[in-house]
Amino acid sequence: MHVGFFFKEAFRGLSRNSAPALAALLTVLLTALVLGVFIPIVQATTGTANEVRGRVAVDVYVTAGSTAAERTQLREAIERTANVGSVDFISKAEGLRQAKEKNPRAFAEGTELLGGNPLPDTFRIIPEDPGRVSAIVDRLAPKDPNGERVPSLAGIDEVRNKESDTDKILSATGLVKILTAGLAALLIFASVALVANTIRLSIFSRRREVEVMKLVGATNWFIRWPFVIEGIFVGFMGGVLAVLLLTIAKETFIDPLEERFALLAAPETIDFPLLVIVLLLACVAVSALGSALTLRRFLRV
Amino acid sequence: MAITPRSLLERAPARAPLPATGKPARAAGAPVVELREVSKIYDGGTVGLERASMRIGRGEFVFLVGATGCGKSTCIRLLMKELEPSAGSILIAGKDLDHVDRKQVPLLRRNIGTVFQDYKLLPNRTVYDNVAYSLQVIGEPRQEIRRKVPDILRLVGLSTKLHNFPDQLSGGEQQRVSIARAFVNHPPLLLADEPTGNLDPETSIGIMQLIYRINRTGTTVVVATHDSAMVDKMRRRVIELREGRIVRDELSGLYRPDESTTEFAVRLRGEMGVGAEGHPN
Repeated sequence: MHVGFFFKEAFRGLSRNSAPALAALLTVLLTALVLGVFIPIVQATTGTANEVRGRVAVDVYVTAGSTAAERTQLREAIERTANVGSVDFISKAEGLRQAKEKNPRAFAEGTELLGGNPLPDTFRIIPEDPGRVSAIVDRLAPKDPNGERVPSLAGIDEVRNKESDTDKILSATGLVKILTAGLAALLIFASVALVANTIRLSIFSRRREVEVMKLVGATNWFIRWPFVIEGIFVGFMGGVLAVLLLTIAKETFIDPLEERFALLAAPETIDFPLLVIVLLLACVAVSALGSALTLRRFLRV
Repeated sequence: MAITPRSLLERAPARAPLPATGKPARAAGAPVVELREVSKIYDGGTVGLERASMRIGRGEFVFLVGATGCGKSTCIRLLMKELEPSAGSILIAGKDLDHVDRKQVPLLRRNIGTVFQDYKLLPNRTVYDNVAYSLQVIGEPRQEIRRKVPDILRLVGLSTKLHNFPDQLSGGEQQRVSIARAFVNHPPLLLADEPTGNLDPETSIGIMQLIYRINRTGTTVVVATHDSAMVDKMRRRVIELREGRIVRDELSGLYRPDESTTEFAVRLRGEMGVGAEGHPN
Protein backbone atom coordinates (compact mmCIF):
# COMPACT_ATOMS: atom_id res chain seq x y z
CA MET A 1 0.00 0.00 0.00
CA HIS A 2 3.02 2.21 0.56
CA VAL A 3 4.54 1.27 -2.79
CA GLY A 4 2.81 4.02 -4.76
CA PHE A 5 3.77 6.56 -2.13
CA PHE A 6 7.41 5.44 -2.15
CA PHE A 7 7.63 5.73 -5.93
CA LYS A 8 6.04 9.16 -5.83
CA GLU A 9 8.52 10.23 -3.17
CA ALA A 10 11.45 8.82 -5.14
CA PHE A 11 10.53 10.74 -8.27
CA ARG A 12 9.84 13.87 -6.27
CA GLY A 13 13.36 13.50 -4.84
CA LEU A 14 14.83 12.99 -8.30
CA SER A 15 13.15 16.04 -9.80
CA ARG A 16 13.91 18.30 -6.82
CA ASN A 17 17.54 17.19 -6.57
CA SER A 18 18.23 16.68 -10.25
CA ALA A 19 21.80 18.00 -10.16
CA PRO A 20 23.25 15.44 -7.70
CA ALA A 21 21.13 12.73 -9.32
CA LEU A 22 22.56 13.64 -12.71
CA ALA A 23 26.09 13.57 -11.29
CA ALA A 24 25.47 10.10 -9.85
CA LEU A 25 23.98 8.97 -13.16
CA LEU A 26 27.00 10.24 -15.11
CA THR A 27 29.39 8.51 -12.73
CA VAL A 28 27.53 5.24 -13.09
CA LEU A 29 27.46 5.71 -16.86
CA LEU A 30 31.20 6.35 -17.13
CA THR A 31 32.05 3.51 -14.79
CA ALA A 32 29.88 1.10 -16.75
CA LEU A 33 31.41 2.29 -20.01
CA VAL A 34 34.95 1.75 -18.73
CA LEU A 35 34.06 -1.67 -17.38
CA GLY A 36 32.22 -2.55 -20.56
CA VAL A 37 35.27 -1.76 -22.64
CA PHE A 38 37.75 -3.21 -20.20
CA ILE A 39 36.19 -6.60 -19.52
CA PRO A 40 36.44 -7.76 -23.18
CA ILE A 41 39.92 -6.24 -23.51
CA VAL A 42 41.21 -8.12 -20.47
CA GLN A 43 39.67 -11.30 -21.79
CA ALA A 44 41.13 -10.74 -25.25
CA THR A 45 44.62 -10.12 -23.96
CA THR A 46 44.68 -13.09 -21.62
CA GLY A 47 43.07 -15.14 -24.37
CA THR A 48 45.78 -14.16 -26.84
CA ALA A 49 48.47 -14.78 -24.27
CA ASN A 50 47.12 -18.26 -23.65
CA GLU A 51 46.99 -18.94 -27.36
CA VAL A 52 50.60 -17.89 -27.75
CA ARG A 53 51.54 -20.13 -24.87
CA GLY A 54 49.74 -22.96 -26.66
CA ARG A 55 51.95 -22.44 -29.70
CA VAL A 56 55.15 -23.20 -27.81
CA ALA A 57 56.43 -26.36 -29.52
CA VAL A 58 59.51 -28.55 -29.90
CA ASP A 59 60.46 -29.70 -33.39
CA VAL A 60 62.28 -32.98 -33.72
CA TYR A 61 63.88 -33.37 -37.16
CA VAL A 62 64.17 -36.94 -38.30
CA THR A 63 67.35 -38.14 -39.99
CA ALA A 64 66.98 -38.14 -43.75
CA GLY A 65 66.11 -41.45 -45.37
CA SER A 66 64.53 -43.04 -42.31
CA THR A 67 62.04 -45.88 -42.82
CA ALA A 68 58.45 -45.88 -41.70
CA ALA A 69 59.26 -48.46 -39.00
CA GLU A 70 62.02 -46.29 -37.59
CA ARG A 71 59.70 -43.32 -37.47
CA THR A 72 57.02 -45.27 -35.62
CA GLN A 73 59.61 -46.40 -33.09
CA LEU A 74 60.83 -42.84 -32.66
CA ARG A 75 57.33 -41.54 -32.21
CA GLU A 76 56.60 -44.04 -29.45
CA ALA A 77 59.85 -43.09 -27.72
CA ILE A 78 59.00 -39.41 -27.87
CA GLU A 79 55.49 -40.03 -26.57
CA ARG A 80 56.95 -41.80 -23.55
CA THR A 81 59.01 -38.73 -22.62
CA ALA A 82 57.81 -36.73 -19.63
CA ASN A 83 55.76 -33.52 -20.20
CA VAL A 84 54.96 -34.39 -23.81
CA GLY A 85 51.35 -33.42 -24.52
CA SER A 86 50.80 -34.34 -28.13
CA VAL A 87 52.98 -35.35 -31.03
CA ASP A 88 52.24 -34.44 -34.64
CA PHE A 89 54.03 -35.94 -37.60
CA ILE A 90 54.72 -33.50 -40.39
CA SER A 91 56.12 -35.24 -43.41
CA LYS A 92 58.49 -33.63 -45.91
CA ALA A 93 55.64 -33.01 -48.36
CA GLU A 94 53.30 -31.68 -45.70
CA GLY A 95 56.01 -29.33 -44.42
CA LEU A 96 56.56 -27.95 -47.90
CA ARG A 97 52.85 -27.43 -48.37
CA GLN A 98 52.63 -25.46 -45.08
CA ALA A 99 55.66 -23.38 -45.99
CA LYS A 100 54.11 -22.60 -49.38
CA GLU A 101 50.89 -21.56 -47.72
CA LYS A 102 52.69 -19.21 -45.34
CA ASN A 103 54.79 -17.59 -48.00
CA PRO A 104 53.42 -18.37 -51.47
CA ARG A 105 55.71 -16.02 -53.37
CA ALA A 106 58.95 -17.54 -52.12
CA PHE A 107 57.82 -20.94 -53.35
CA ALA A 108 56.09 -19.68 -56.49
CA GLU A 109 58.82 -20.96 -58.76
CA GLY A 110 58.39 -24.46 -57.38
CA THR A 111 61.20 -26.41 -55.81
CA GLU A 112 63.32 -26.77 -58.93
CA LEU A 113 65.71 -24.10 -57.76
CA LEU A 114 66.26 -25.91 -54.50
CA GLY A 115 66.80 -29.18 -56.30
CA GLY A 116 64.09 -30.98 -54.36
CA ASN A 117 62.31 -30.65 -51.08
CA PRO A 118 64.88 -29.54 -48.50
CA LEU A 119 62.62 -29.98 -45.49
CA PRO A 120 63.13 -32.96 -43.16
CA ASP A 121 60.37 -35.13 -41.73
CA THR A 122 59.42 -33.53 -38.43
CA PHE A 123 57.75 -34.50 -35.18
CA ARG A 124 56.11 -31.45 -33.62
CA ILE A 125 55.73 -31.84 -29.84
CA ILE A 126 53.24 -29.70 -27.91
CA PRO A 127 54.29 -29.80 -24.23
CA GLU A 128 51.74 -30.32 -21.50
CA ASP A 129 53.21 -27.46 -19.47
CA PRO A 130 54.69 -24.77 -21.74
CA GLY A 131 56.71 -23.48 -18.77
CA ARG A 132 58.87 -26.62 -18.66
CA VAL A 133 59.47 -27.02 -22.36
CA SER A 134 63.25 -27.00 -22.01
CA ALA A 135 63.08 -30.23 -19.99
CA ILE A 136 61.86 -32.05 -23.10
CA VAL A 137 64.71 -30.69 -25.14
CA ASP A 138 67.21 -31.70 -22.46
CA ARG A 139 65.78 -35.22 -22.40
CA LEU A 140 65.71 -35.72 -26.19
CA ALA A 141 69.06 -34.04 -26.81
CA PRO A 142 71.16 -33.64 -23.68
CA LYS A 143 74.18 -31.36 -23.83
CA ASP A 144 77.58 -33.03 -24.03
CA PRO A 145 80.58 -31.61 -22.08
CA ASN A 146 81.38 -29.24 -24.96
CA GLY A 147 77.91 -27.72 -24.79
CA GLU A 148 76.77 -29.28 -28.05
CA ARG A 149 73.44 -30.98 -28.11
CA VAL A 150 73.61 -34.67 -28.94
CA PRO A 151 70.36 -36.54 -29.78
CA SER A 152 69.66 -39.34 -27.31
CA LEU A 153 67.46 -41.41 -29.58
CA ALA A 154 68.32 -43.06 -32.85
CA GLY A 155 66.81 -41.40 -35.89
CA ILE A 156 66.86 -37.87 -34.47
CA ASP A 157 68.83 -35.46 -36.54
CA GLU A 158 68.25 -32.36 -34.52
CA VAL A 159 65.96 -30.99 -31.74
CA ARG A 160 64.85 -27.42 -31.90
CA ASN A 161 62.55 -25.36 -29.72
CA LYS A 162 63.45 -21.83 -30.80
CA GLU A 163 64.59 -21.43 -27.23
CA SER A 164 64.98 -17.66 -27.09
CA ASP A 165 61.60 -17.00 -28.72
CA THR A 166 59.83 -19.35 -26.34
CA ASP A 167 61.38 -17.75 -23.30
CA LYS A 168 60.37 -14.30 -24.47
CA ILE A 169 56.81 -15.35 -25.14
CA LEU A 170 56.50 -17.05 -21.80
CA SER A 171 57.75 -14.10 -19.76
CA ALA A 172 55.71 -11.62 -21.81
CA THR A 173 52.42 -13.48 -21.39
CA GLY A 174 53.04 -13.82 -17.64
CA LEU A 175 53.60 -10.10 -17.37
CA VAL A 176 50.52 -9.32 -19.45
CA LYS A 177 48.40 -11.50 -17.18
CA ILE A 178 49.63 -9.86 -13.98
CA LEU A 179 49.29 -6.36 -15.42
CA THR A 180 45.77 -6.83 -16.71
CA ALA A 181 44.62 -8.45 -13.48
CA GLY A 182 46.09 -5.58 -11.45
CA LEU A 183 44.59 -2.95 -13.73
CA ALA A 184 41.18 -4.59 -13.61
CA ALA A 185 41.26 -4.71 -9.81
CA LEU A 186 42.29 -1.04 -9.56
CA LEU A 187 39.66 0.03 -12.05
CA ILE A 188 36.84 -1.80 -10.32
CA PHE A 189 37.89 -0.42 -6.95
CA ALA A 190 38.06 3.14 -8.31
CA SER A 191 34.65 2.81 -9.97
CA VAL A 192 32.92 1.54 -6.85
CA ALA A 193 34.52 4.25 -4.71
CA LEU A 194 33.49 6.91 -7.20
CA VAL A 195 29.88 5.76 -7.39
CA ALA A 196 29.59 5.43 -3.61
CA ASN A 197 31.04 8.90 -3.13
CA THR A 198 28.69 10.56 -5.59
CA ILE A 199 25.69 8.93 -4.00
CA ARG A 200 26.94 9.96 -0.57
CA LEU A 201 27.16 13.56 -1.73
CA SER A 202 23.67 13.58 -3.15
CA ILE A 203 22.25 12.17 0.08
CA PHE A 204 24.37 14.40 2.29
CA SER A 205 22.70 17.42 0.73
CA ARG A 206 19.42 16.07 2.03
CA ARG A 207 20.39 15.07 5.55
CA ARG A 208 18.22 17.79 7.10
CA GLU A 209 15.24 16.36 5.34
CA VAL A 210 15.99 12.94 6.80
CA GLU A 211 16.37 14.49 10.26
CA VAL A 212 12.91 16.07 10.06
CA MET A 213 11.38 12.82 8.85
CA LYS A 214 12.79 11.04 11.88
CA LEU A 215 11.35 13.77 14.07
CA VAL A 216 7.77 13.16 13.01
CA GLY A 217 8.14 9.46 13.66
CA ALA A 218 9.02 7.92 10.31
CA THR A 219 10.58 4.47 10.59
CA ASN A 220 13.99 3.94 9.02
CA TRP A 221 12.65 1.89 6.13
CA PHE A 222 9.91 4.41 5.47
CA ILE A 223 12.64 6.99 4.91
CA ARG A 224 14.99 4.59 3.14
CA TRP A 225 12.74 3.12 0.44
CA PRO A 226 12.39 6.27 -1.68
CA PHE A 227 16.16 6.71 -1.58
CA VAL A 228 16.74 3.10 -2.59
CA ILE A 229 14.25 3.41 -5.44
CA GLU A 230 16.04 6.58 -6.54
CA GLY A 231 19.33 4.67 -6.43
CA ILE A 232 17.92 1.81 -8.49
CA PHE A 233 16.52 4.24 -11.03
CA VAL A 234 19.77 6.22 -11.34
CA GLY A 235 21.83 3.02 -11.60
CA PHE A 236 19.49 1.54 -14.18
CA MET A 237 19.44 4.67 -16.32
CA GLY A 238 23.22 4.96 -16.15
CA GLY A 239 23.58 1.30 -17.08
CA VAL A 240 21.12 1.54 -19.99
CA LEU A 241 22.88 4.60 -21.41
CA ALA A 242 26.27 2.90 -21.07
CA VAL A 243 24.98 -0.22 -22.84
CA LEU A 244 23.54 1.92 -25.61
CA LEU A 245 26.87 3.67 -26.15
CA LEU A 246 28.71 0.34 -26.05
CA THR A 247 26.34 -1.12 -28.62
CA ILE A 248 26.86 1.84 -30.92
CA ALA A 249 30.63 1.56 -30.56
CA LYS A 250 30.52 -2.18 -31.20
CA GLU A 251 28.36 -1.81 -34.30
CA THR A 252 30.40 1.01 -35.81
CA PHE A 253 33.98 0.09 -34.91
CA ILE A 254 34.45 -3.50 -33.81
CA ASP A 255 32.08 -5.36 -36.11
CA PRO A 256 33.49 -3.99 -39.44
CA LEU A 257 37.01 -4.66 -38.19
CA GLU A 258 36.07 -8.20 -37.31
CA GLU A 259 34.95 -8.82 -40.87
CA ARG A 260 38.21 -7.58 -42.30
CA PHE A 261 40.68 -9.11 -39.85
CA ALA A 262 39.96 -12.61 -38.75
CA LEU A 263 42.58 -12.14 -36.06
CA LEU A 264 40.33 -9.84 -33.98
CA ALA A 265 37.69 -12.49 -33.64
CA ALA A 266 40.11 -15.15 -32.53
CA PRO A 267 40.32 -14.64 -28.75
CA GLU A 268 37.32 -15.82 -26.78
CA THR A 269 35.49 -12.86 -25.22
CA ILE A 270 32.33 -12.52 -23.17
CA ASP A 271 29.05 -12.66 -25.10
CA PHE A 272 27.61 -9.22 -25.64
CA PRO A 273 24.15 -9.98 -24.12
CA LEU A 274 25.84 -11.47 -21.05
CA LEU A 275 28.04 -8.39 -20.75
CA VAL A 276 24.94 -6.18 -20.91
CA ILE A 277 23.21 -8.12 -18.15
CA VAL A 278 26.30 -8.08 -15.94
CA LEU A 279 26.76 -4.33 -16.39
CA LEU A 280 23.10 -3.49 -15.68
CA LEU A 281 23.00 -5.65 -12.59
CA ALA A 282 26.23 -4.18 -11.28
CA CYS A 283 25.02 -0.61 -11.85
CA VAL A 284 21.69 -1.15 -10.12
CA ALA A 285 23.19 -3.10 -7.22
CA VAL A 286 26.00 -0.63 -6.57
CA SER A 287 23.79 2.45 -6.57
CA ALA A 288 20.92 0.93 -4.60
CA LEU A 289 23.28 -0.47 -1.98
CA GLY A 290 25.19 2.80 -1.94
CA SER A 291 22.00 4.74 -1.20
CA ALA A 292 20.85 2.40 1.54
CA LEU A 293 24.23 2.21 3.26
CA THR A 294 24.97 5.93 3.08
CA LEU A 295 21.61 6.73 4.68
CA ARG A 296 22.49 4.67 7.71
CA ARG A 297 24.65 7.43 9.12
CA PHE A 298 21.88 10.00 8.98
CA LEU A 299 19.24 7.67 10.35
CA ARG A 300 20.93 7.46 13.74
CA VAL A 301 19.02 10.26 15.41
CA MET B 1 3.94 -3.94 25.67
CA ALA B 2 4.31 -2.49 22.23
CA ILE B 3 3.50 1.13 21.78
CA THR B 4 0.79 1.74 19.25
CA PRO B 5 -0.46 5.09 18.11
CA ARG B 6 -3.15 6.40 20.39
CA SER B 7 -2.86 3.56 22.88
CA LEU B 8 0.18 5.01 24.60
CA LEU B 9 -1.59 7.83 26.27
CA GLU B 10 -5.18 8.64 26.81
CA ARG B 11 -6.08 12.21 26.79
CA ALA B 12 -7.55 13.80 29.85
CA PRO B 13 -10.95 15.43 29.63
CA ALA B 14 -10.79 19.02 28.50
CA ARG B 15 -10.12 21.56 31.23
CA ALA B 16 -8.60 19.37 33.85
CA PRO B 17 -9.34 20.98 37.18
CA LEU B 18 -6.26 22.57 38.63
CA PRO B 19 -5.81 22.67 42.38
CA ALA B 20 -5.42 26.20 43.64
CA THR B 21 -2.58 25.49 46.03
CA GLY B 22 0.93 26.71 45.39
CA LYS B 23 2.32 23.16 45.29
CA PRO B 24 2.62 21.13 42.06
CA ALA B 25 -0.45 19.11 41.28
CA ARG B 26 -0.41 15.37 41.70
CA ALA B 27 -2.58 14.21 38.85
CA ALA B 28 -4.53 11.02 39.24
CA GLY B 29 -3.06 7.92 37.58
CA ALA B 30 0.34 7.78 35.91
CA PRO B 31 1.72 11.18 35.04
CA VAL B 32 2.23 11.82 31.34
CA VAL B 33 5.81 12.83 31.94
CA GLU B 34 7.93 11.81 34.87
CA LEU B 35 11.63 12.46 35.40
CA ARG B 36 13.35 10.60 38.20
CA GLU B 37 16.72 12.01 39.21
CA VAL B 38 17.66 12.49 35.58
CA SER B 39 21.17 13.70 34.76
CA LYS B 40 22.65 14.35 31.35
CA ILE B 41 26.36 14.98 31.04
CA TYR B 42 27.51 15.64 27.46
CA ASP B 43 30.81 14.35 26.12
CA GLY B 44 33.37 16.78 27.33
CA GLY B 45 31.74 17.21 30.72
CA THR B 46 29.15 19.89 29.98
CA VAL B 47 26.22 19.43 32.33
CA GLY B 48 22.89 19.44 30.52
CA LEU B 49 20.68 18.32 33.35
CA GLU B 50 21.53 17.37 36.92
CA ARG B 51 19.35 15.16 39.13
CA ALA B 52 16.16 16.65 37.80
CA SER B 53 12.86 15.20 38.96
CA MET B 54 9.40 16.29 37.87
CA ARG B 55 5.92 14.96 37.27
CA ILE B 56 3.58 16.40 34.73
CA GLY B 57 0.00 15.20 34.82
CA ARG B 58 -2.54 14.81 32.04
CA GLY B 59 -3.80 17.97 30.46
CA GLU B 60 -1.27 20.20 32.18
CA PHE B 61 0.34 23.23 30.55
CA VAL B 62 3.90 23.62 31.76
CA PHE B 63 6.53 26.26 31.04
CA LEU B 64 10.17 25.25 31.33
CA VAL B 65 12.03 28.49 31.90
CA GLY B 66 15.59 29.56 32.51
CA ALA B 67 18.54 31.22 30.87
CA THR B 68 20.22 29.89 27.75
CA GLY B 69 22.12 26.73 28.57
CA CYS B 70 20.12 25.91 31.70
CA GLY B 71 18.95 22.57 30.31
CA LYS B 72 15.55 23.36 28.77
CA SER B 73 16.38 21.99 25.35
CA THR B 74 18.22 19.04 26.88
CA CYS B 75 15.05 18.22 28.76
CA ILE B 76 12.90 18.37 25.60
CA ARG B 77 15.37 16.27 23.61
CA LEU B 78 15.53 13.70 26.38
CA LEU B 79 11.73 13.42 26.37
CA MET B 80 11.64 12.58 22.66
CA LYS B 81 14.54 10.19 23.06
CA GLU B 82 16.80 12.16 20.81
CA LEU B 83 19.30 11.94 23.68
CA GLU B 84 19.84 9.28 26.29
CA PRO B 85 20.10 10.32 29.94
CA SER B 86 23.42 9.68 31.69
CA ALA B 87 21.59 8.68 34.87
CA GLY B 88 18.07 8.41 36.18
CA SER B 89 14.97 7.37 34.32
CA ILE B 90 12.37 9.12 32.20
CA LEU B 91 8.83 7.80 32.04
CA ILE B 92 6.32 8.79 29.41
CA ALA B 93 2.82 7.64 30.34
CA GLY B 94 4.38 5.28 32.86
CA LYS B 95 6.69 3.67 30.29
CA ASP B 96 10.41 3.88 30.95
CA LEU B 97 12.18 5.29 27.88
CA ASP B 98 15.10 3.06 28.73
CA HIS B 99 12.97 0.07 27.71
CA VAL B 100 11.99 1.65 24.41
CA ASP B 101 14.42 0.19 21.91
CA ARG B 102 15.67 1.87 18.76
CA LYS B 103 12.99 0.35 16.58
CA GLN B 104 10.21 1.68 18.77
CA VAL B 105 11.48 5.25 18.82
CA PRO B 106 9.47 6.23 15.72
CA LEU B 107 6.32 4.86 17.38
CA LEU B 108 7.07 6.90 20.49
CA ARG B 109 7.56 10.05 18.44
CA ARG B 110 4.23 9.62 16.69
CA ASN B 111 2.66 10.12 20.09
CA ILE B 112 4.61 13.28 20.81
CA GLY B 113 4.04 16.41 18.78
CA THR B 114 7.10 18.64 18.54
CA VAL B 115 7.47 22.31 17.69
CA PHE B 116 10.86 23.97 17.34
CA GLN B 117 12.29 27.45 17.23
CA ASP B 118 13.55 26.86 13.68
CA TYR B 119 10.28 25.17 12.57
CA LYS B 120 12.06 22.17 10.98
CA LEU B 121 9.79 22.01 7.95
CA LEU B 122 10.69 20.02 4.85
CA PRO B 123 11.92 22.77 2.52
CA ASN B 124 10.95 21.13 -0.78
CA ARG B 125 7.38 20.30 0.12
CA THR B 126 4.32 22.51 0.17
CA VAL B 127 2.51 23.39 3.38
CA TYR B 128 -0.05 20.71 2.61
CA ASP B 129 2.59 18.04 1.95
CA ASN B 130 4.52 18.95 5.09
CA VAL B 131 1.48 18.33 7.24
CA ALA B 132 0.42 15.30 5.21
CA TYR B 133 3.84 13.68 5.67
CA SER B 134 3.30 13.08 9.39
CA LEU B 135 0.07 11.27 8.52
CA GLN B 136 1.66 9.29 5.69
CA VAL B 137 4.29 8.16 8.16
CA ILE B 138 1.68 6.46 10.34
CA GLY B 139 0.06 4.85 7.31
CA GLU B 140 -3.10 6.93 7.31
CA PRO B 141 -5.32 6.21 4.28
CA ARG B 142 -5.28 8.85 1.58
CA GLN B 143 -8.90 9.81 2.08
CA GLU B 144 -8.30 10.56 5.75
CA ILE B 145 -5.28 12.67 4.85
CA ARG B 146 -7.33 14.65 2.34
CA ARG B 147 -9.91 15.31 5.02
CA LYS B 148 -7.68 16.04 7.98
CA VAL B 149 -4.95 18.23 6.49
CA PRO B 150 -7.20 21.06 5.23
CA ASP B 151 -9.08 20.88 8.52
CA ILE B 152 -6.02 21.38 10.69
CA LEU B 153 -4.64 24.06 8.36
CA ARG B 154 -7.92 25.95 8.67
CA LEU B 155 -7.60 25.64 12.43
CA VAL B 156 -4.17 27.30 12.41
CA GLY B 157 -5.36 29.92 9.93
CA LEU B 158 -3.45 28.87 6.84
CA SER B 159 -6.24 27.62 4.60
CA THR B 160 -5.19 30.02 1.85
CA LYS B 161 -1.53 28.95 1.78
CA LEU B 162 -1.97 25.23 1.22
CA HIS B 163 0.28 25.08 -1.81
CA ASN B 164 2.97 27.53 -0.79
CA PHE B 165 6.46 26.35 0.03
CA PRO B 166 7.89 27.10 3.49
CA ASP B 167 10.29 29.76 2.20
CA GLN B 168 7.32 31.70 0.83
CA LEU B 169 5.84 32.07 4.32
CA SER B 170 6.59 34.42 7.19
CA GLY B 171 8.15 33.08 10.39
CA GLY B 172 4.83 33.08 12.20
CA GLU B 173 3.15 31.23 9.36
CA GLN B 174 5.92 28.63 9.24
CA GLN B 175 5.52 28.07 12.95
CA ARG B 176 1.79 27.61 12.41
CA VAL B 177 2.55 24.93 9.83
CA SER B 178 4.83 23.14 12.25
CA ILE B 179 2.15 23.29 14.95
CA ALA B 180 -0.37 21.91 12.49
CA ARG B 181 2.04 19.10 11.67
CA ALA B 182 2.65 18.39 15.34
CA PHE B 183 -1.04 18.26 16.15
CA VAL B 184 -2.59 16.72 13.05
CA ASN B 185 -2.72 13.21 14.48
CA HIS B 186 -3.75 14.49 17.91
CA PRO B 187 -0.82 13.34 20.02
CA PRO B 188 -1.44 13.22 23.77
CA LEU B 189 1.76 15.18 24.44
CA LEU B 190 3.05 18.30 22.74
CA LEU B 191 6.62 19.50 23.28
CA ALA B 192 7.61 22.96 22.15
CA ASP B 193 11.20 24.17 22.27
CA GLU B 194 11.26 27.98 22.13
CA PRO B 195 8.25 28.10 19.79
CA THR B 196 8.26 31.91 19.84
CA GLY B 197 12.01 32.38 19.95
CA ASN B 198 12.23 33.79 16.43
CA LEU B 199 8.99 35.75 16.42
CA ASP B 200 7.87 39.24 17.36
CA PRO B 201 5.65 39.66 20.46
CA GLU B 202 2.44 40.10 18.48
CA THR B 203 2.98 36.95 16.42
CA SER B 204 4.11 35.12 19.54
CA ILE B 205 0.74 35.70 21.15
CA GLY B 206 -0.97 34.14 18.15
CA ILE B 207 1.29 31.08 18.35
CA MET B 208 0.82 30.74 22.09
CA GLN B 209 -2.95 31.01 21.59
CA LEU B 210 -2.78 28.07 19.24
CA ILE B 211 -0.77 26.02 21.69
CA TYR B 212 -3.16 26.96 24.46
CA ARG B 213 -6.11 25.86 22.36
CA ILE B 214 -4.42 22.56 21.76
CA ASN B 215 -3.93 22.23 25.51
CA ARG B 216 -7.64 22.91 26.05
CA THR B 217 -8.48 19.82 23.99
CA GLY B 218 -6.79 17.78 26.72
CA THR B 219 -3.29 17.52 25.28
CA THR B 220 -0.47 17.83 27.77
CA VAL B 221 1.82 20.66 26.71
CA VAL B 222 5.39 21.37 27.73
CA VAL B 223 6.83 24.65 26.44
CA ALA B 224 10.47 25.54 26.91
CA THR B 225 10.82 29.28 26.61
CA HIS B 226 12.60 32.38 27.80
CA ASP B 227 9.73 34.64 26.75
CA SER B 228 9.14 36.15 30.19
CA ALA B 229 6.27 38.41 29.14
CA MET B 230 4.33 35.43 27.86
CA VAL B 231 4.95 33.34 30.96
CA ASP B 232 3.95 36.17 33.26
CA LYS B 233 0.72 36.80 31.37
CA MET B 234 -0.37 33.20 31.08
CA ARG B 235 0.13 32.23 34.71
CA ARG B 236 0.52 28.51 34.18
CA ARG B 237 2.74 26.02 35.93
CA VAL B 238 6.39 27.13 35.75
CA ILE B 239 9.42 24.91 36.21
CA GLU B 240 12.61 26.93 36.42
CA LEU B 241 15.97 25.40 35.60
CA ARG B 242 19.34 26.85 36.46
CA GLU B 243 22.55 25.16 35.38
CA GLY B 244 20.73 21.89 34.84
CA ARG B 245 18.94 21.88 38.20
CA ILE B 246 15.28 22.44 38.89
CA VAL B 247 15.21 25.42 41.23
CA ARG B 248 11.51 26.25 41.21
CA ASP B 249 8.28 24.45 40.37
CA GLU B 250 5.06 26.29 41.02
CA LEU B 251 1.54 26.42 39.68
CA SER B 252 0.47 29.63 37.99
CA GLY B 253 3.92 31.12 38.42
CA LEU B 254 5.81 34.05 36.97
CA TYR B 255 8.93 33.89 34.82
CA ARG B 256 10.79 35.18 37.90
CA PRO B 257 9.42 35.05 41.39
CA ASP B 258 8.32 38.48 42.58
CA GLU B 259 11.28 40.70 42.70
CA SER B 260 11.43 44.31 43.83
CA THR B 261 13.20 46.96 41.82
CA THR B 262 15.93 47.03 44.44
CA GLU B 263 16.49 43.30 44.25
CA PHE B 264 16.65 43.51 40.48
CA ALA B 265 19.16 46.33 40.73
CA VAL B 266 21.33 44.21 43.01
CA ARG B 267 21.16 41.34 40.56
CA LEU B 268 21.99 43.59 37.65
CA ARG B 269 25.07 44.95 39.35
CA GLY B 270 26.26 41.72 40.91
CA GLU B 271 25.49 38.96 38.45
CA MET B 272 25.95 40.53 35.08
CA GLY B 273 28.68 38.92 33.06
CA VAL B 274 29.36 36.16 35.56
CA GLY B 275 26.16 34.19 35.14
CA ALA B 276 25.77 30.76 33.61
CA GLU B 277 25.77 32.15 30.10
CA GLY B 278 27.66 30.52 27.36
CA HIS B 279 26.76 26.88 27.92
CA PRO B 280 25.86 25.14 24.74
CA ASN B 281 22.34 23.89 24.62
